[in-house]
Amino acid sequence: MAETHSLQDLQQPTASSKVFVQRDYGSGTISKFHTKFPSELEPRIDKQQFEETIQTLNNLYAEAEKLGGKSYLEGCLACITAYTIFLCMETHYEKVLKKIARYIKDQNEKIYAPRGLLLTDPIERGLRVVEITIFEERSIGSGR
Amino acid sequence: METPYKKRTPKRRKWESFPGRNKFYCNGRLMMAKQTGVFYLTLVLILVTCGLFFTFDCPFLALELTPVIPVIGGVLFMFVLGTLLRTSFSDPGVLPRATSDEAADLERQIDVANGSTGYRPPPRTKEVVINGQTVKLKYCFTCKIFRPPRASHCSLCDNCVERFDHHCPWVGNCVGRRNYRFFYMFILSLSFLTIFIFSFVITHIILRSHRSGFLKALKDSPASVLEVVVCFFSVWSIVGLSGFHTYLISSNQTTNEDIKGSWSSKRGKDNYNPYSHGNIFTNCCAALCGPLPPSLIDRRGFIQSGTPQLAPPTNGISMYGATQSQQSHMCDQDQCIQSTKFVLQAAATPLLQQQSSDPVILTASTENGGPLPGRTSLNLGGPCTSLPLGQPTPPTSTPSLSCHEASDMLPIHGHSHVHNHGHTLQEPMAHHHFLTPEEVPSPPGMLPCGSPMGHSHTMQAGFYNPASQDSLHEDSVRGLVKLSSV
Repeated sequence: MAETHSLQDLQQPTASSKVFVQRDYGSGTISKFHTKFPSELEPRIDKQQFEETIQTLNNLYAEAEKLGGKSYLEGCLACITAYTIFLCMETHYEKVLKKIARYIKDQNEKIYAPRGLLLTDPIERGLRVVEITIFEERSIGSGR
Repeated sequence: METPYKKRTPKRRKWESFPGRNKFYCNGRLMMAKQTGVFYLTLVLILVTCGLFFTFDCPFLALELTPVIPVIGGVLFMFVLGTLLRTSFSDPGVLPRATSDEAADLERQIDVANGSTGYRPPPRTKEVVINGQTVKLKYCFTCKIFRPPRASHCSLCDNCVERFDHHCPWVGNCVGRRNYRFFYMFILSLSFLTIFIFSFVITHIILRSHRSGFLKALKDSPASVLEVVVCFFSVWSIVGLSGFHTYLISSNQTTNEDIKGSWSSKRGKDNYNPYSHGNIFTNCCAALCGPLPPSLIDRRGFIQSGTPQLAPPTNGISMYGATQSQQSHMCDQDQCIQSTKFVLQAAATPLLQQQSSDPVILTASTENGGPLPGRTSLNLGGPCTSLPLGQPTPPTSTPSLSCHEASDMLPIHGHSHVHNHGHTLQEPMAHHHFLTPEEVPSPPGMLPCGSPMGHSHTMQAGFYNPASQDSLHEDSVRGLVKLSSV
């Protein structure tokens, strides 16, 4: 169990534990996470909801790493301009990562926070795990 | 719900407390390995040779033949320099180390799975089936993670690197997922440049000789002699290396995998490369023009007060440097535990040496059956096999004929993940939880290891021997000192 500070300073500190969803390497080295529902989350959230979140993340990462005409074009253009083009524009991967960050923030606000959970963007953990923090509320009647 | 990471600490960037053995420049924008001497040599060689070419040969050639020659030479030169700097200064794909929470979670899972307790965990591996091939993922004791497929731990840089190819002292950095294409373009363009300069210098000398005789020609243009010599010796190794990497790219293998023959059909009928896209064209496109993943280590980000602490490496396996750099992350309690572990291990080492024939007590790993079949897959010439085994401390970068090998993972074929290199195995089984092979040797050697000015890479026939015991004793002493200070 990891002790973390309260999110709202006026409240009493809340205990929290963390669940880690590991990478799924079954399809190779692409970024993909296991969709298996961790048992610790059972009382808090729907299995289906959780799996949908992870599946969407997987799809977004697949989109970032997709090999296709568009990514090849970007690669060739970058090579021709000696990669100086990335001083002006973002890579496709970076664009999708921003999209993922927005998605996670959105999911946190709408679904996970009301249930006392917090998803951490995998990029902050080196794309190794999806870290889910479970907050145990101690103080009564505390909003989130 | 806001994340807790809002409070900003006084302006300290993450690169300043990076646990690996890297050097950072320009406030974290540039990243290199610790030993950069050979990189400067590379730079000097290229700059001097090209400088001489442009100064002494190009004026003559531009007048006698065509001014296009210096233009092409210039373009090639800029390309070579650009790709070299890009390879050397970029993050090769370093995997950030696990946070303490992650590491604790993994340890818990492993203990549950193995049912083992005690301060000496068995070597940890996880099997995964990738496109029909069973691949073993190894646990990195330094980074506290299960390495992704194709990742390996570089002992020189003390980092796990994704799609690790090798550590190249000539570019002063590891070559991994994020900079492999630059490395390839560097050696390819350098091959063209070398051949270009070589052929035009020869042309220059020949043209001059027609006018004034061979010896006078040499006297008039002494720089040409130096250029010819440099280019002559470089051509063989660099062109050879380019050819080798072209083969690797088209078959989507890393140097590491090729040297170990991980996907060779000699290992078995059903052995194939699960990462290959099936055809050469797709493999090449994917390697060279595929999407470039961003750096995972966020060098220039600011350290937040709520950022989780990194888990320190365990069991005295970590390199000296890593242990030192981790000290700032270790609280007193951790130090106490670490120190006790070191001391206990050292105390137990005499036991290990005696029980070399009985691996059961210490390894407790069913996958490591008997001794390795004598696998002498590395035929890299005499110099390699004469190197000492299993040095836990990283060697200084030697551009001479030594190669690094990363024995990170092997496909399961009844072989243990301990690698042989032609040395007989006596006690590897008993020792490998101390120095798992992925910790000690890191990058793979290169085939033209015997070439003189070869683009060769430092190599260790990484294995266990008294040197590893020395590191344990060193660690135990360190542990005792720490214990006394806690």
